[in-house]
Amino acid sequence: MYEEEYQQIKDILHRLQVDSNSKIVFLVDKNGQQIAVEGDMRGVDATSLASLTAGNVAATDGLAKLIGEKEFSILFHEGERDNIHISLVAQRVILVVIFDEKSSLGLVRLRVKKASQELERTFEQLLRKAEADRGSMANRFDSPFAEITDEDIDSLFSE
Amino acid sequence: MTFINYAAREINCKIVYYGPGLCGKTTNLQWIYDKTNPQAKGKLISLATETDRTLFFDFLPLDLGTVRGFKTRFHLYTVPGQVFYDASRKLILKGVDGVVFVADSQEARMEANIESLQNLEKNLREQGYELKTVPYVLQFNKRDLPTALPADQMYGQLNFKGEPTFEAVAMNGTGVFDTLKAVAKLVLTELKKK
Ligand SMILES: Nc1nc2c(ncn2[C@@H]2O[C@H](COP(=O)(O)OP(=O)(O)OP(=O)(O)O)[C@@H](O)[C@H]2O)c(=O)[nH]1
Ligand SMILES: [Mg+2]
Repeated sequence: MYEEEYQQIKDILHRLQVDSNSKIVFLVDKNGQQIAVEGDMRGVDATSLASLTAGNVAATDGLAKLIGEKEFSILFHEGERDNIHISLVAQRVILVVIFDEKSSLGLVRLRVKKASQELERTFEQLLRKAEADRGSMANRFDSPFAEITDEDIDSLFSE
Repeated sequence: MTFINYAAREINCKIVYYGPGLCGKTTNLQWIYDKTNPQAKGKLISLATETDRTLFFDFLPLDLGTVRGFKTRFHLYTVPGQVFYDASRKLILKGVDGVVFVADSQEARMEANIESLQNLEKNLREQGYELKTVPYVLQFNKRDLPTALPADQMYGQLNFKGEPTFEAVAMNGTGVFDTLKAVAKLVLTELKKK
C-alpha cells in the first residue's frame, strides 16, 4: 500500500467516525488482514475483530451463494450497548462501524454510503498505481524481501 | 495473499492447518499459544462445538519479529476436519500463503488422511492454488500411540512433492515448532521470489 492512499483512507475513516458519531471505524480485507482503524480501540482486540469479521462475511457470502444471491452487502448486529455495522466496499474490502446510542442506524447507513464511494475511488487509484508500477518494472522500489537470507528467517525463531 | 503494508511496515501471512477430524490441528495451535510469550501473540480464538470440535476455525495471530525492518505477523488458522464442514474449509483457504497438513498416524485413520489430502488439493484448486506450488509442510501427528504406522510407510502414501515432513506428538509439543518454523520459512522464501 502506498503512503498517499493510506493517508487518504485514514482521512476518510476519520471523517466517517466523526460524522456518524460512532466509536470505532475499521477497515479489513476479506482475508481478515487489518488495513486501517479510527477511533478508540482501547479494550478491543483489533486482530481478533478483523479475523472474526472476515469469517463472518465469508460465512454470509457462502449463505448468499447458496440461495442464489451475489452477496449480502450489509450486515448489522444489534447489542444491548453497542451495535456493529458491516458493509462491503468495492466487493473486496470490509468496512466495520461500531456505535452506541450516541448514533443511530440511519445515520451510520447514510455516512457509510458516502464514505464507501470515496473509498472506492481511492482503491481504484491504488489499483491503477500498482498496475502502472508493475508495468514500469517496479524494481526501483525493490521488495525488501528480495535479499532475505536464511539467517534473517532463522533469527525470527531464535528465542 | 500476503499483505504487505509498506506504510505501516508490516507483513501479514496466513497459514492454514489442514487434516482429517481429530488429527490434532487445534492441539498444534494450543501448544503454540501456550508456549509463546505474551507480547508475541494475540488471543487464540476457537469457534468450536460444545464437544471441542472445530466448527468454523481456530485463529492465532503471532508476531515473529522483524525482517529487514518489517514486522512479520503470521495468522494461523485451523480448518474443521469433519467431512461435512467442507464449505467452511473452502472459506478458510481463501488467501492462504502456506499450508500444514496434519496427518493422524493411527493405522485406522490412514484412509481419512488420504481423503482429507485429496480434499485439500481440490479445495485449493477451487481457490486458484495448486498444492504443487503452494508452500506446504507435512506433519505425522500422534507418534506416541501404539497403533501408529511406521513413518516411512506414511511418507510413501502421503508425501506429495518431497515437502518437509515432521513427526509430532502435538499433545506434548514434539515437532510442533519445527513444523511451524518450516512452513514460515517456505512462505518467506516464496516472498523472495515475487
Ligand atoms: N495421543 C495423542 N493424542 C493427541 C495428539 N494430538 C492431539 N491429540 C488428541 O486428539 C484429540 C483431537 O485433537 P484436536 O486438536 O481437537 O483435533 P482437530 O484436528 O482440531 O479436530 P477437528 O477440530 O474436529 O478437525 C484430542 O483429544 C487431543 O488431545 C497426540 O499427539 N497424541
Ligand atoms: Mg480442531
